[in-house]
Amino acid sequence: MSTRTQLMAGVVVAGIAALIAAPHADAQTKTKSVPKTAWGDPDITGAYAEFTTAPLERPAELASQEFFSSRDQWQVYAQKRIQEVDQDVETAPGTQEDVHYSMGTFKLSENEGTTSLNMRTSIVTQPKNGRIPALTPAAAVRRDAAAAARKGHEFDGPENRSLTERCIVWPSTLAPILPRGYNSNLQIFQSPGYVIIQGEMGDARMIPTDGRARPKDNLPQWNGTSIGHWEGDTFVVETAGFNPETAWRNSTEKLRVTERIKRIDDTSLEYSFTVVDPDTWAEPWSGVYPLTKMDGLLFEYACTEGNYGLANILAGERKRERDAAARKTAAPAK
Amino acid sequence: MKLVTAAALLLTLPVAAGPLTQIPKAADGHPDLSGVWQAVNTAHWNLEPHTSAYPAVIELGAQFAVPPGLGVVDGGTIPYLPAARAERDKHFVNRIADDPEGKCYLGGVPRSTYMPYPFQILQNTRDVIMVYQYATGFRRVYVDGKDEAPLNAWMGWSNGHWEGSTFVVEVTGLNGQTWLDRAGNYFSDNAKVTERYTLTSPNHMRYEATIEDPTVFSKPWTIRMPLYRIVDDDYRLLEFKCEPYAEEKIYGHLRKPVPPASGGSK
Repeated sequence: MSTRTQLMAGVVVAGIAALIAAPHADAQTKTKSVPKTAWGDPDITGAYAEFTTAPLERPAELASQEFFSSRDQWQVYAQKRIQEVDQDVETAPGTQEDVHYSMGTFKLSENEGTTSLNMRTSIVTQPKNGRIPALTPAAAVRRDAAAAARKGHEFDGPENRSLTERCIVWPSTLAPILPRGYNSNLQIFQSPGYVIIQGEMGDARMIPTDGRARPKDNLPQWNGTSIGHWEGDTFVVETAGFNPETAWRNSTEKLRVTERIKRIDDTSLEYSFTVVDPDTWAEPWSGVYPLTKMDGLLFEYACTEGNYGLANILAGERKRERDAAARKTAAPAK
Repeated sequence: MKLVTAAALLLTLPVAAGPLTQIPKAADGHPDLSGVWQAVNTAHWNLEPHTSAYPAVIELGAQFAVPPGLGVVDGGTIPYLPAARAERDKHFVNRIADDPEGKCYLGGVPRSTYMPYPFQILQNTRDVIMVYQYATGFRRVYVDGKDEAPLNAWMGWSNGHWEGSTFVVEVTGLNGQTWLDRAGNYFSDNAKVTERYTLTSPNHMRYEATIEDPTVFSKPWTIRMPLYRIVDDDYRLLEFKCEPYAEEKIYGHLRKPVPPASGGSK
């Protein structure tokens, strides 16, 4: 219950709602000139929270409704979304679902930070139904084969765990950046010829803006290789050359991501993206959500150094196997 | 004056236009440290003078042997307190298991500077950012920052300021879990490191780091070395995500045991 009261108190940075909510925000943001860095680039420096109340995909029952029709309707869905993210739901003791962080306990809860009011019903804006296009038949085969290969081997060794559990790739760094359950924050720095986007749980992407061409070698990188440029006041980043093992949402090394970051006002940026991979989705898809400026700064995350989780997951499974073997010895098959 | 500023701005652009001929300046008039840098020495093996040596794992052979080096410590020897020197020697004996580098842990300061990987400096008036290829290390140096470390961290807390043409970085909040080299040299979480970065030519930088830690050393001591700008055309920092390479070392004992081959005696 305390979550609910915190949500309504803490969630909204007032004033920018109209911009994210307005269907034609693009046309409305040119009223004031954008502050510039000492060397003349638009200034988007700062620490920002990525969390937003819009889910990635539009709830099916909202069909073609791109924006909530009222504050009341928004409130119902925003509440649901925050409960999901906080895992603030009743679970049955002894089930796997019951093993989770209570985000509030560790002050990790999203609603203890600031989040721009977002009247969109989904982050995904294209296709028009607000839902990620279905995988192509070939991609679905790939996904199923990977799942089948993993089945029964989920805990065999570190390589069987997710890239995030292994501290290799984080959704809060990887393009396109998507909000996560916690530590969904990033920092943007600028220097002449570069913009640096640093995810709290992840790496610093150093994005050159000096007009250099995409490297021809296209060496595969976990985070891909990003090249940026300014289109007026909008920072545009093109990322390609992903390591096939990154396989973001079943994608291949043909994945290309375009990100656009635009200053809305002193407390928020608009982050939008388009992803293309003809070997994975029959059509490109796009999304948009606000980044909300935070007080303070991000602190070192040091994922690998504190990765007790991965060791404990594997150790737990080994114990389960030993216990099962011991039971078998104690009670031989009839 | 305006012309001078314009010229300085041009010099902050990448080297695509050709090699730099004079020390680059940032728009605010300070030397511009931006670029990709690397140490070319054996400090990452041992800060102290050392002859060549067998590889830690003898099977790896000559190409993984320790190369010799003249050392980078002022006065040659690190002024350890006796118990601390014994601790360092113990680190060396246990280096295969215990060196944080083998586990892909963040290198800390100053070790990250002279590990055998390049690092990139990005400079503006508010922050100087240092991104290290090794383990994707990251430092934000607060220019004229006065805040203290809120808590200890692997890369510490860096406050920088300019003393003439030298960028001085005071690093505190170090967690004492890092090593200084592959020989087991180390300091504790009481350490304070004062780094000095001075451009001596367009493509060379003098790097100095003074280490104070009264729990480990009898007096402050200093390392000095040049850093070299990487001048290759179209050079860029590639990822060195070392986590996968350390997984066998860290988690190997937790793998599912391979069942004995079937088809043997019945």
